[in-house]
Amino acid sequence: MFPDSLTTIRGLDHRTLRAFLSLTEQIKSTPEKFNTTLKGKTILQFFVENSTRTRMSFEAATRKLGGTSIAFAASSSSLQKGETLLDTVQVIQQYGVNAIVMRHSSGGSPDLVAKATALPVINAGDGSHEHPTQALLDCFTLAEYWKSDLTQDQPFSGKSIVIIGDTLQSRVTRSNIHLMTTLGAQVFLSGPSTLTIKNLSLFPEVRYIPFPDAILNSVDAVMALRIQFERGNKGVIPSIEEYRTFWGLTHERVSKMKPEAKILHPGPMNRGVEIDPEVADSDRSLVLNQVENGVFARMAVLGALVGGLKP
Amino acid sequence: MILISGARVVDPTQNRDGLFDLLIENGLIKAIDQPGAFDSVSVRERVDAKNKVITPGFIDVHVHLREPGFEHKETVKTGSLAAIQGGFTSIAPMANTEPVNDNAIVTKFILGRAKSANLARVFPIGAVTKGQKGEELAEIGLMAKEGIRAISDDGMPVMNSALMRRAMEYARMFDLPVISHAEDLNLSKGAPMTEGAVSSLLGYAGNPNASEEIMVAREVALCRATGARVHIAHISTREGIEIVRRAKEAGLPITAEVTPHHLMLNELTLLNASHSCVHHQLKTDYKMAPPLRSEKDQEVLLQALKSGLIDMVASDHAPHGCVDKEVEFELAANGILGLQTTVPLMLGLVQRGGLSLNRMVEVLAVAPARLLGLRDLGSLEPGMAADLVVLDLEIDWTLNREDLASISENSPFLGRKFKGKVIKTMVGGEWK
Repeated sequence: MFPDSLTTIRGLDHRTLRAFLSLTEQIKSTPEKFNTTLKGKTILQFFVENSTRTRMSFEAATRKLGGTSIAFAASSSSLQKGETLLDTVQVIQQYGVNAIVMRHSSGGSPDLVAKATALPVINAGDGSHEHPTQALLDCFTLAEYWKSDLTQDQPFSGKSIVIIGDTLQSRVTRSNIHLMTTLGAQVFLSGPSTLTIKNLSLFPEVRYIPFPDAILNSVDAVMALRIQFERGNKGVIPSIEEYRTFWGLTHERVSKMKPEAKILHPGPMNRGVEIDPEVADSDRSLVLNQVENGVFARMAVLGALVGGLKP
Repeated sequence: MILISGARVVDPTQNRDGLFDLLIENGLIKAIDQPGAFDSVSVRERVDAKNKVITPGFIDVHVHLREPGFEHKETVKTGSLAAIQGGFTSIAPMANTEPVNDNAIVTKFILGRAKSANLARVFPIGAVTKGQKGEELAEIGLMAKEGIRAISDDGMPVMNSALMRRAMEYARMFDLPVISHAEDLNLSKGAPMTEGAVSSLLGYAGNPNASEEIMVAREVALCRATGARVHIAHISTREGIEIVRRAKEAGLPITAEVTPHHLMLNELTLLNASHSCVHHQLKTDYKMAPPLRSEKDQEVLLQALKSGLIDMVASDHAPHGCVDKEVEFELAANGILGLQTTVPLMLGLVQRGGLSLNRMVEVLAVAPARLLGLRDLGSLEPGMAADLVVLDLEIDWTLNREDLASISENSPFLGRKFKGKVIKTMVGGEWK
């Protein structure tokens, strides 16, 4: 029932996705039962694009399951010397790894690698395409807070979530749209039109509301995204002050939310831009729960795809 | 003398579609008449072409032969062989070789290679600017003297409108058409596919239709200002076609071509395509510039080809090696093979009732000959060069790697089943 590789959330059915979340729950409640799941297994942490958090999270997950990691750093690699991605992967495969955790700046690359190797490939973020484990940890965090019944087909039925910010170049958004809607939630996108996904016709039902103030008082969760200035976003918004005025999670804006509604952020945060410091540190925020749950969600994925764990 | 008898001859230049016999002498069409009319003439060779179709040799105004400079992808010889096997008796290679065809020496080199290959006729296209850098005019006149038939910077479009205006003014003196790959590079920057539903889903930057529309509009404005002949390469958007329509209504000397892949495929084909080891196929074999557009655009292109708004079909044959294609989607080279799939794909369209055989010959032979100023080609009228192609409309076949004469294999049509095939090709009275 679990796929051979996890390259996208799109295309997976609710049973598989709920099974990943249930497994995350099991691991979180009794982690000691899983400390030999990856015994004797080696996971290649193949990060062709820089990452600190996601890579450390995957490394911690590997270790807690009793496996070992080999890390790959793009800057010192032969990719810099003109070797192709597939050549690099084929070489590394000979070192005897059992799975590839992969981050890459170009969308679709994990699929390319998965097709070219017999190994499970876990997408740790590909371009602006998908970031499946981030969506799993985000939804696990919400399910945990909402005490959702994961045995139901649509555990998020009746819930609504707004994702605010640079959805255009956000792999977190794309994975989350597929996962949240599959779990039954209503998803809204909000943010400057220059930073919003251009065409939503092939997505499940998602609504774009330019200014979040129109719906903030009715949603059950808000996810704030970072403006990815490193992806060539110069000039897409007139100024940070303007962004903060209309889309920033300021104290005033957050006070319009339902009392029990929570805030997520995939990190790293730009405090004072998309989220004010006092909001980030308030009990509205589930940010640290996300980080903690990230390790368990990745343990579940590694355990299922490499360690043979069953739903 | 050669006598070809019993074929159905389709030649729009003489309003001919019926059974005729053809007499060929000294590389020219000597006579064409009712079946049996030449039975008493003594000939060197008699060819029975019963149940076959004969048309003027096809002319591809847009190919890349990669020589000089990229001989691992294609050479003048292998590209010309692909042309012959695909039914093309004449091809016009773009200037993006290394060095660029921006001077008479490179033009001469290509023509020399074509002569020693002795396969298809090759009519080089010269660069608009030196090194296709968009800075200063190439030696257009000297190349014209050597034999170029058009100028274009193709995939490196001239973004400076003042320079493009000058190029058009200059080209007009030599009666050379200016071919424009209409793409506003600022709008399409970093985009490996069309902007739309699929690019949004996959998270790729998108090349919007407006990128083409803006540049088609600019070329029309400059055409009006200079009076030069302007040809829009591989038009791909409904908006671009609308501008061409208005320009034609205004009587401007504008023509446009479309590729078979933009007629047959759209962005959804790319989404649903998967890698197939059996047919050596890669998702990047659906990556080209301009990109595959929406279903709506595809529909409009087909209508425009039927109605005559689009004048011709060109393959944009663009060979690339594995090292250029077996890479990340965003890094992969643009373009696909076309010389051996264009005619079969167009025959498929004819079979499905999407186009008449007569119109197919117009768009693959008559209009291309006119664009390149090839007065003795594109027709089977007596006195014209004996360039022709023999087709069998009934043969079912599958395109396999070993069918490709090209050095490269980057075709999304490998493994595709076709009905209708090129049987033989004659150039200047010789079977090739």
